Amino acid sequence: MKTIRGAVYVVQDDIDTDQIIPAQYLNLVPTIPEEYVKLGSYALCGLPDGYPPFVKPGATKADYTIIVGGRNFGCGSSREHAPVCLGAAGVNAVVAESYARIFFRNAVATGELYPFETAIRLCTIFKTGDVAEIDVNGAQLTNLTSNQSYSLKDLGAVAPVVEAGGIFAYARKAGIIK
Amino acid sequence: MGMTITEKILARAAGKRVIGPGDNVWVEVDILLTHDVCGPGTIGVFQREFGAAAKVWDPLKVVIIPDHYVFTQDEKAHRNIDSLRYFVDQQKLPYFYDPGTSRYKGVCHVALPEAGHVRPGEVIFGTDSHTCTHGALGAFATGIGNTDAGFIMGTGKLLIKVPKTMRFRVNGSVPPYIMGKDIILKIIGDIGFDGASYFAMEFTGEAIRQLSIEERMTICNMAIEAGGKNGIIEPDEKTFDYVRARTSLPFNAVYGDVDAPVDSERTYDASTLEPCVAEPHVPSHYALARERNDVKLDRAYIGSCTGGKITDFIAAARVLKGHQVTIPTFLVPATVEVAEALIKTEIDGTSLVEIFAVAGCEDIAPPSCAACLGGPPDTYGRTSGNEAVISTTNRNFPGRMGSKLSRIYLASPLTVAASAIRGHITDPREFM
Ligand code: SF4
Repeated sequence: MKTIRGAVYVVQDDIDTDQIIPAQYLNLVPTIPEEYVKLGSYALCGLPDGYPPFVKPGATKADYTIIVGGRNFGCGSSREHAPVCLGAAGVNAVVAESYARIFFRNAVATGELYPFETAIRLCTIFKTGDVAEIDVNGAQLTNLTSNQSYSLKDLGAVAPVVEAGGIFAYARKAGIIK
Repeated sequence: MGMTITEKILARAAGKRVIGPGDNVWVEVDILLTHDVCGPGTIGVFQREFGAAAKVWDPLKVVIIPDHYVFTQDEKAHRNIDSLRYFVDQQKLPYFYDPGTSRYKGVCHVALPEAGHVRPGEVIFGTDSHTCTHGALGAFATGIGNTDAGFIMGTGKLLIKVPKTMRFRVNGSVPPYIMGKDIILKIIGDIGFDGASYFAMEFTGEAIRQLSIEERMTICNMAIEAGGKNGIIEPDEKTFDYVRARTSLPFNAVYGDVDAPVDSERTYDASTLEPCVAEPHVPSHYALARERNDVKLDRAYIGSCTGGKITDFIAAARVLKGHQVTIPTFLVPATVEVAEALIKTEIDGTSLVEIFAVAGCEDIAPPSCAACLGGPPDTYGRTSGNEAVISTTNRNFPGRMGSKLSRIYLASPLTVAASAIRGHITDPREFM
């Protein structure tokens, strides 16, 4: 059983890619290892004032492993820097009510994180700092702070791609590329 | 059962006779577009997965148009463009529009059709979410990330899910004060910022037919602002004239079947629409311009792939002619072709360049994405404080134009120009 366990960071609806990684940091190239790390340090720094810092000043990684969001998470640009910076900051899963299509696809294609969907509006139930655990195969999220469990939607058609470790591994397995 | 234009294009690209929404199909790609922000990462993925010596699947199908961070001192931005140059040289790619040379074009989504790379019936993927713009010429076009683009670079194929179609029928005739921008902002306002998530947005009806190719591009450009996978308009004589003037390559236009089932259909009457804005901080915050006169503005901005085409500047000039702007008004033509047309195009014997100068606008900037997406701190027109900006661009997210505190109102070039004169949000009918 694969589990993801750690502290939760909570955001609301329509978190767009400019908030996840502001455009001024798009000069960093995700496939260059030092710049991958740097991207992590800027993750979610475009959130409006009022949110606690996601990555502490001077750190390259966040103290959070799971992001809980509302509707339309990752809307806006196709920049792969968005799922990449979250993955680089140490995030293993996002749980949101819905995603923008390209963010979801990029998360799956890169294998940076699991984009789980849920029918429940968890962003008003969870608090930043709660500790939670996701049972990936069982599609279940448990808030260990409040001891409540919530069911997640099955990853469906993308599950084999995520399981294979992204689009390249999947295509190799399927014999599409060598 | 019939198929929509989107389904038919994808069926052909997948080598299948029939496909339907929800099917996952491998499609053959006609054009892969990338730019300076996502190109280096795409190349990084391509070389990591296929080897440092690998060749792209088809050099004639990879188009690289640097446009985002061109006029900046930022060192990494320069390094990124250099890495594109190196790759293009190594791979012998003919379609690279290099900044600092006479081949430089500017904003990729205006440059791609200008250079004849968009043809009806074809499949276009780009590492930029506004790739959906190109559906305006009857192509299937959508944005992807670096990993998918790296995959295409090596294989020429991509696995995609066939979207369901939402149809938007716009009837009636388009009044002179209404632009494509007003039509799409109205639609996004109605269906919401994620109202078309995963859907093809098909635009049809007599009002759409009346619009120029550039105006159709404005509409398809913002399909992504409703979460759409692609925006699409069936080709017609205007499309063919536009394309044939720019390429001699053959193409096969595709049309939807009349009996093709769609997921939903909404009908609009263009003649009843009014000039509008989208208020901060999402493009679906629809409001009528005439009901927002109380919003004071600090600057106006005309530019980007949405609102920096020649038709956009002509519209703005029609309003500005004989008036003075009262707030700093930034003009950034999308491409070199647009910049040149500003000099050549006249209204009643006066060139657009002169009209803008006499109206007191800022000097016209060189073509690029500029402040449409903030960018490095030295980006032209970038916001730095709590400015209220009225802009012809496509996104008004917090921080989109630079500062998180600035407030961006999206509008048509007519409305932006009228508002620049008054210094507050203004319905352009006051000047028409
Ligand atoms: S002009 Fe703006 S929206 Fe268009 S490609 Fe450039 S940054 Fe993106």
